Amino acid sequence: MNAIEFILAGMLAAATPFLLAALGELVVERAGVLNLGVEGLMALGAVLAFIVVYQGGGHFLGFVAAGLGSAALSLIFAFVTLGFRANQVAAGLAIGILGQGLSALFGKSYESLTVKALPRLAVPGLSDLPVVGGLFVQDIVVWISLVATLAIWAMFAYSKLGLVLRAVGENPKAAHAIGYSVITVRVLAIAFGGAMAGFAGAYAAVIYTPLWADGMIAGRGWIAIALVVFGTWLTGRIFLGACLFGAVSLMGLAAQATGLDVPSQLLSSLPYLVTIIVLGIISADRRLLKLNGVASLGEPFER
Amino acid sequence: MSFASGSLLPTMVRRERASLAATVLAPVLALLVALILNLSLYRLMGRDPVAIVYAMLLEPFMSWASFSEVLLKAGPLLLIAQGLAIGFRAKVFNIGAEGQFILGAIFASAIPVYFPQATGQWIWPAMLLFGAIGGALWASITAFWRVRLNANEILVSLMLSLVAAQLLNYLLLGPWKDPNGFNFPQSVMFQYDAMVPTLIAGTRLNVSFLITLVLSLAAFVFMQKSFSGYKLQVGGLAPRAAGYAGFKQGSAIWLSLLIGGFAAGLAGAAEVAGPIGQLQRSISSGYGYAAIIVAYLGGLHPIGIVVSALVMAVIYIGGDNAMVSANLPIAAVRVFQGSLLLGYLIAIAFVRYRLEWPKTAPKAADRSPS
Amino acid sequence: MNAPLLSLRGISKSYGQIHANQAIDLDVAAQSIHAILGENGAGKSTLMKLIYGVEQPDEGTVVWQGQPLRLASPAEARRKGIGMVFQHFSLFETLTVLENIRLVVPGRKAELAQRIKTLGQEFGLEVDPLAHVHALSVGERQRVEIIRCLMTNPKLLILDEPTSVLPPQLVEKLFDTLRRLRDGGVSILLISHKLEEIRAICDQATILRSGRVTGDVDPREHDTHDLARMMIGRDMPAPISALPQSGGEKRLEIIGLDHKPDDPFAVSLSGITLEVRAGEILGIAGISGNGQSELAALISGETVLGRDQRDRIYMMGSDVGRLDAAARRQRGFAFVPEDRLGRGAVPEMSLVLNGLLTAHPLGLLRHGLVDRKRAMAFTRDCIRQYDVRTPGPDAEAGTLSGGNLQKFIVGREIMLSPKLLFVAQPTWGVDIGAASAVRSRLVALRNEGMAILVISEELEELFELCDAIQVLHHGTLSPRLVTRDTKPEEIGRYMIGAQSLTGEEHA
Repeated sequence: MNAIEFILAGMLAAATPFLLAALGELVVERAGVLNLGVEGLMALGAVLAFIVVYQGGGHFLGFVAAGLGSAALSLIFAFVTLGFRANQVAAGLAIGILGQGLSALFGKSYESLTVKALPRLAVPGLSDLPVVGGLFVQDIVVWISLVATLAIWAMFAYSKLGLVLRAVGENPKAAHAIGYSVITVRVLAIAFGGAMAGFAGAYAAVIYTPLWADGMIAGRGWIAIALVVFGTWLTGRIFLGACLFGAVSLMGLAAQATGLDVPSQLLSSLPYLVTIIVLGIISADRRLLKLNGVASLGEPFER
Repeated sequence: MSFASGSLLPTMVRRERASLAATVLAPVLALLVALILNLSLYRLMGRDPVAIVYAMLLEPFMSWASFSEVLLKAGPLLLIAQGLAIGFRAKVFNIGAEGQFILGAIFASAIPVYFPQATGQWIWPAMLLFGAIGGALWASITAFWRVRLNANEILVSLMLSLVAAQLLNYLLLGPWKDPNGFNFPQSVMFQYDAMVPTLIAGTRLNVSFLITLVLSLAAFVFMQKSFSGYKLQVGGLAPRAAGYAGFKQGSAIWLSLLIGGFAAGLAGAAEVAGPIGQLQRSISSGYGYAAIIVAYLGGLHPIGIVVSALVMAVIYIGGDNAMVSANLPIAAVRVFQGSLLLGYLIAIAFVRYRLEWPKTAPKAADRSPS
Repeated sequence: MNAPLLSLRGISKSYGQIHANQAIDLDVAAQSIHAILGENGAGKSTLMKLIYGVEQPDEGTVVWQGQPLRLASPAEARRKGIGMVFQHFSLFETLTVLENIRLVVPGRKAELAQRIKTLGQEFGLEVDPLAHVHALSVGERQRVEIIRCLMTNPKLLILDEPTSVLPPQLVEKLFDTLRRLRDGGVSILLISHKLEEIRAICDQATILRSGRVTGDVDPREHDTHDLARMMIGRDMPAPISALPQSGGEKRLEIIGLDHKPDDPFAVSLSGITLEVRAGEILGIAGISGNGQSELAALISGETVLGRDQRDRIYMMGSDVGRLDAAARRQRGFAFVPEDRLGRGAVPEMSLVLNGLLTAHPLGLLRHGLVDRKRAMAFTRDCIRQYDVRTPGPDAEAGTLSGGNLQKFIVGREIMLSPKLLFVAQPTWGVDIGAASAVRSRLVALRNEGMAILVISEELEELFELCDAIQVLHHGTLSPRLVTRDTKPEEIGRYMIGAQSLTGEEHA
């Protein structure tokens, strides 16, 4: 298998934690809230899923536990920022630190243990294609994530729910004036984002690398937040961005396999460096950010 | 129906003016709430809360030796937090102090690593200066990205911290590894002149703590008295007012990040040239992130930060104690830090708001119209 | 007379210490146009929010069509048949007209689009359902708001200061729409502070002053003096007269300025040409949203011109287009912006610190440190000279009323003794007493030889103040019209673009 086939086959699975977390954050930001705690939410989801699966609860229950646990933590964020109008940046950082702390605390006795990953399902016919065949052999969660991406895209494009989310994010005062509860919409969005981050963490811990290690999220939550900016708040572009990061994080492995003499630390830094560079390129187009951005992002709502 | 007007929940009502009492009480209240919550958590985990309270909050004060360790720990937290708070008040969210700290340590270590035989009293001051410059340079990448490319400084500074950690690993596993170090990822031990002189015999407290106090005073004058500090605050509170008055946003961002990077870099240098004495992987133990909490807990005020840095140092030292005596996982310190900041963010709301409980439904409303 | 459609008894509402409404009684008859008259801060908007369910009253009863009514939300109000058009529209710029309407009105998209068109034809409210709101003019946005209300079949339609965003010709058109609605069975509750308009269209008027009802009359039976006395407790302040003056030297000159802003929702400016001389007041008329804020930022230096644009903006004889706000101020420029909180002043800072914002060059600094004593003295002076009602110089700017904060900012800028003073929307949200104080101060300064530029939406204000007027429409500026030779209708034609703006220019 050459490097390209290797990357194509593994890209979607590597992209899934980024994708799930970024889709969640997209919904949160569209409602006008900036939750910087994604890293901690993912870490908590990861450890909960790992514990459940390790204890024999199975992958489904593991994901349920991760979703519920991270949603609960994100509701603390909602309580602080919406109930007490706290600075969203500071509250997000606090949730991040708390989530990572809880993750380390719960995971202490599971350090370096492993669980079994899920089998992969192949699309008959397509999976036999040369070069791109690997793309069509994926585990069930990857397939579900692709469906979720489509569903979220359709929600924003067609549904009234998507319209309400955008309205609340653009002009919360007006949304309130025409009779929508800004707080309710935002709480639900935050809980959804929390659950998605939990799923993302669960996928990373029990399917992608089914081995527990403290700090295993390794900045993926932050990259997910950056992905929302890269995708200029558009579902399709966020999906492409997630695939890019999936590919970038495999490049290290691919390069080592080909025997390239590059320090491994440089390869580990690659996703971070790519984030910094892409962020610079996309953000420099101020008009684009303003056009697609969320007008009330990060501002507390006060009627 | 008598409760038709929505809910039974109280509403937040803006105060006429900020409450000074709430400002002072908020951190105390947050500390109490975080303490209660965390002790309940330890109890759930089957640990003895009394033993933990003793180890965490009392033991650090029991002897001069352990209290000097608290001061030692407070030094870097205080220094970094002072720098960060200046930026936070200007709404420049530099959360990459961890990386700036690491770069400071690396820059400072370059002198003893490349000149291990050098002697003279110039070495440790040069290291501190080098470290501060290194931190500022690392922060300047974020400043450039933000000012020129309009990129979010939170994400860029954080990513740079992750890169800095990898850079440190690279140096310690590769070019800077101590050849006689049994393959441990650490540099050579620094020579005597590369160490900051100790302040009090028998402790590890050194001159850098004095520098930190002096810089805290400087931060106080800068933020509370100087016109430059005033301009930064206007930019943070009302960016359009700053534009209106002609205070340049770009300069504010550069200044904030350079000050933050300088302070964090200096702290990193003081750490390797002080208690540690060599470049190691574990130079930081999360100072850069903890300092964010210290800055907020101190109300972003230079004097408040002195107090909150001490509190945070007690938690660090106490956490180490509790790890030994009460078998408390060290991760508990992070949980405590996170809940402390959350508690503070709730408590601080009462500086500008007060709770108003819903009045009982208007009596007149239930009467039928006359 | 039949039972009223809506009846309020003893309605009160307080925000903290402020009693916005006290014991309000109000009866709105079926099929009538009813005015709520009062100056800024009288409590009109609060009352409307209570009727529309945005806020809930602390005390009092509401009876709607014979039944007691307590509203928890605007959605409930709409279900009961009450609709509202807000002054600052509750529309979403990035959404289309149709999407904005879908947020409020249930139904299939195609059906809704059809109804938008039908209603538009019936009531003279034509608008394209698929247009994005940010691309619409202010008048069109108002039409969208009204249609959105009408689609919920209201019995009562509340309009908050609807004419403040319209030129005279469109005001007539709106009134025509309102009459048609009334004759179709909808009652209208019209909030306004414009006496003439109320006399022209309303069947009944309830007058508010400081949160209380001070009159309930048929406005056609009273002249404007009576109404004014009920509204502010005395006669309207008399307009100030300006001394005739011959033009002094040019203090501001803009020559053929084109500008395309970074913000995709902002208005592009083209071919802006104007000059302001010492001892004169030039007014810029026009409906907000036609490029006023963009032009203001270009003059103030908050927006700086690109490298390629030289010789476009001159102040006191030198090219300042590339200079920032601070550098322009050093040359003797001062500016009162249209938004006071968050731009002209920092709400969370004390008046002393807000004085420092632009007055720091008046020796309020020493060695880079703030000289607190002098800053305090400056602020006290400003408070005293400009009659700012406040507990003291340490009060936070955010706690001052609109009028008092405006007096403070105007005072601060005048105390800089500028050569060129630029005031945007001098009396927005300001009570009548403060407004007339600000206006007479401006005329006095003009008489002393200051060059003054004023941007305002209120034509009456411009006619009272200015020596000459230019009209801004779609980012272009009309030729200079000398006020005493010009009729308001002529300005009105420029405001809606009926008069060719560039064609008539005599360079």
